[in-house]
This record gives sequence, structure tokens and C-alpha cells, in this order.
Amino acid sequence: MSDTTVLYRKRVRTNRVALMCSMLAMLIGMSFLAWIMIVLLYKGFGALSLSLFTQSTPAPGSDGGLFNAILGSLMMVGVSTFIATPIGILAGVYLSEFGRKGWLAPTTRFINDILLSAPSIVIGVFIYAVYVAQVQHFSGWAGSMALALIAIPVVVRTTENMLNLVPGSLREAASALGAPRWKVVLHVVLRSARAGVLTGILLAIARVSGETAPLLFTALNNQFTSYDLNGPMANLPVVIFQFAMSPYENWNSLAWGGAILITFGVLCLNIVVRTMFRKKI
Amino acid sequence: MMQSTVSTKREMSFSHLREDATTAVAHGAEPKIKIRNLDFFYGSFQGLKHIDLDIQEGMVTAFIGPSGCGKSTLLRTLNRMYDLYPGQRATGEILLNGKNVLSPDQDVNALRAKVGMVFQKPTPFPMSIYENIAFGVRLYENLSRADMDNRVEWALRKAALWDEVKGKLNQSGLSLSGGQQQRLCIARGVAVKPEVLLLDEPTSALDPISTAKVEELVHELKSEYTIAIVTHNMQQAARVSDYTAYMYLGELVEFGLTDEIFIKPKRKETEDYITGRFG
Repeated sequence: MSDTTVLYRKRVRTNRVALMCSMLAMLIGMSFLAWIMIVLLYKGFGALSLSLFTQSTPAPGSDGGLFNAILGSLMMVGVSTFIATPIGILAGVYLSEFGRKGWLAPTTRFINDILLSAPSIVIGVFIYAVYVAQVQHFSGWAGSMALALIAIPVVVRTTENMLNLVPGSLREAASALGAPRWKVVLHVVLRSARAGVLTGILLAIARVSGETAPLLFTALNNQFTSYDLNGPMANLPVVIFQFAMSPYENWNSLAWGGAILITFGVLCLNIVVRTMFRKKI
Repeated sequence: MMQSTVSTKREMSFSHLREDATTAVAHGAEPKIKIRNLDFFYGSFQGLKHIDLDIQEGMVTAFIGPSGCGKSTLLRTLNRMYDLYPGQRATGEILLNGKNVLSPDQDVNALRAKVGMVFQKPTPFPMSIYENIAFGVRLYENLSRADMDNRVEWALRKAALWDEVKGKLNQSGLSLSGGQQQRLCIARGVAVKPEVLLLDEPTSALDPISTAKVEELVHELKSEYTIAIVTHNMQQAARVSDYTAYMYLGELVEFGLTDEIFIKPKRKETEDYITGRFG
């Protein structure tokens, strides 16, 4: 009897230690996140004003905003999402639903994983070599392509994972009614995984909207407002990169403002979609 | 003009079916499904061994036996569910209305239209209650909105679910309780008007009240459908079935009228299993 109580106390102690360790780890992680948010707000709050959204990037010392960069970022992230979403979802569907046998699916999965962890600067250089160097000028299209290349593997991976979470019994039930394979996938499997698939797309958007390196080689930057994807385009990450490194105080402050915009934009996107889908399921 | 030809065609095919049924009865009840020398393999493992069995039309046939004895496997050969998985194969013959469904030129989707299946765990699709039922019907028929409404109501009434869901057909099928979800799945299976219904442990995830409802349902449905049911619950087999098959390690040990199997089984193994001395 006393043996069990000793054992029991030991177990309680181990439990407490493990709990404390995990709480500590959580606190460390969260505190850095909070720290980043606080610094961002502290440094960048002053830069937030209406002109930030209406005026283009200024010359050193004069007033201005980030309108051209916001516009460029939105356009390029938009185009890249538009390219990456169908490719990513279809490839993910193939890997999860149709590539059960043979060598093609495992190979694709492997290559996709490599692409997923490829340094983004490599992707930038790649697009520079195959597109920018050929047409002899930087452009928004090139930037969109580079961002799409980064987004595709993210969408592929999450789509495949989310479809794998759909229980096989659901596929069987739909097949048992005599539904052809594509109808099973489209109407039943993708439908039950749509929240997850959408989360994957959002993750990809969040990932690419902060990418700087691939845009340095492709879209570069533009001091003026431009709607032309065929020419160089301003974008938030590169503007932040340039302005934060500059010696001019108004540029520094605009860089902080841009950083706030990206961070909270992505945060809002996540919150909106999460609440939207929580209601439906 | 087109409409009328179509409908006469349909009437003709229905009367043809009816004729078929009556002649079958006249000939002394030709079985709906004849299984002959059926072997089944999971890769190199043999899951079923030389099964010979007749499933009678308009009757309930129950499959009992310990876990892993092959009863679910047998059920899954009847609608070729195993086709979904590479490495699984069946040899022998399964004659449905005299046609071998195992032959490679059998269209599996057409087969599954005739042989519906309900699974152990309720599997409502992630759509509304109405759409859950309409999904299967749309695969085979182009119904007008009103006809579809009627069909959905008809199927839900068949599954004794209509009164509970008629006010919320647009709600998600996932919002129902487990027992209701299972009856929704039965309604979904019935809605496409199959000839045979396969029930794979349909009540093992349900509470006693829902179980009783599903069993009542089996009783009512058997007047129009041929039913094969796999169950772990011996009382259930005794209650709902006309014929019972006892299986063990992939072999059919004994098959006969339920009353005979449960009252005086011919084989010692069957008796041991039924009385609970084994398994």
C-alpha cells in the first residue's frame, strides 16, 4: 500500500514538473511574439495616418505614405494566390486521392518538400535568370511568379494533409452510392476539408506577403504608383527593407508603419477566416 | 414528346422488373445473390475461403462470427467496395440476378446503384440533410425540384426520420444525433432505390433506442429490399434475420434459417459461439 502511495506521489511530482516545463516553453514563445507586437506598435504607431494609405513613398525628408507599396503588394500577392491556388489544390488532390500507387506521387511529394524548404532567395534568383534576364527588365509579373512558386508547395502540402484527415469511411460511403471518383473527391472529400484547404491558402498568403528576397530580384521597387504589372513594382517588404536601412528618419518611421500593416493585415485575415468557418461547422 | 417516350420506357422497364420478380417466385424463389466458390485476398493474406452461399430475395440474411472472421469482407465483395484499394482482389463468382458482378466488365458504379451499403459509423456528407439524400439520387436521375422534394421525403419516411427532421432539411447532416445520422445514411441508401441493401454493423455505434429504431426499419424494408446485415450482436441477428450465416477464420461454418441456427445448430462450433462459450 505504501509502495503505491510513494509511486503515486512520484507520478504527481513528474506531472507537475512536465507541466511547468511546457508552460515555460509556451511562455517563452508567447513572450517573443508579444515583444514583437509591442515593439511594432511602439515604433510604428506614430507612422499610422491617413496619408500612409493615400500617398506614395516620399523623397528623404518630405511627407509621404506607402500607397504604391500597399497597392503593389496587394496586386502581386493577389496574382500569385490566383496562380498558386488551383495548381496547389489540384496537386494536393492528386497526391492524396489518386496517387496511391506508383512512383509519381512519392516523387512529387519529395520534390514538393524540397521546394517548400528552398531558400526564398534561390527562387528569386531562379525567376531572375529564367524570366527577368530574358525580358531585360524587372516586373510585377516576375514578382508574382516568384511568390507563386513559394506559395504552391505550401498549398500542396496543406491540401494533401487536410484531405488525408478526411476519414476513409466518408469516401467509401460516397463510392457505395455509386458516385464516380471525381464526384466523391469534389463533392464529399474536398467539401469536408474545405476549412483546412482554405487555411492552407491563407497560410500561403501570409507566407508570401512577407517575402522580401524573391521580390528584390524580380519586382524590385518603384517610387511611384504603378498599376502596370509589366514594369517594376513597389511592395511593402522591399520598401521596409530599403527604408529601414536608410539614415532618414521619415523613411525609418514609414518602414515601421509598413511592418505594422503587414503583421496586422495577416493577423486580421487569419481571424476573419477562422471566425467565418467556425460558425459554419 | 421526349418526356412521354422516356416515361413509357421507364414504365416498360418497371413492368419488366415486376414480371421478373413474379417469374422468380413462380420458379421456387431463385436466390437474389448466388455466391459460388468465392476467395478473397488482402495482398497475400486470404480473407475468405471458398464461400458458397445464397441470399434470398426479400429476406434478411445475417452474418455473425468473431472479429476478423471475414463477414465484413464478404459484405464488401457484394458491392465491390474492395475495388477502392489496390492489392485486394476476389476470385470466384457472385451472381446478382444471374450476372457475375466480379467480372471485370461489370460497371462498379452501376452495381453500387443496385447494391446499397450502410456502414458501421454514421457517415453523413458535409452538406444539408436534404442534399445528403439528393446527392445519391442526382447520380442516376434528373428530377425536377418538386420530384426531388418528394423523393427526399419518401426516403426520410422510409428511414423513420421524416418527423424528426422535416422542419430542418437545410441544416447540416452533421448536426443530427448519432442515431439520426445513421438513419439519414439508411435514407440515403434507400433513396436511390437499390435492390439489395448491405448493412455493415449498422447499430454498433448507436444507443439502444436508436438500435431498436434501426431494427424496426430493417423489418419494414425487407418487404421491398433484399438485406444482408453483419452484426456482432447475436440477439440482433436472431431478432431481425430470416437466414443466418456463421463464419470463422474466413470460412462459412454454417448457414441456414435463423430459427434453426439459433435453436439447434448442426455444428458444434456454431453452438459454442452462439451460447457464448467461445468468441
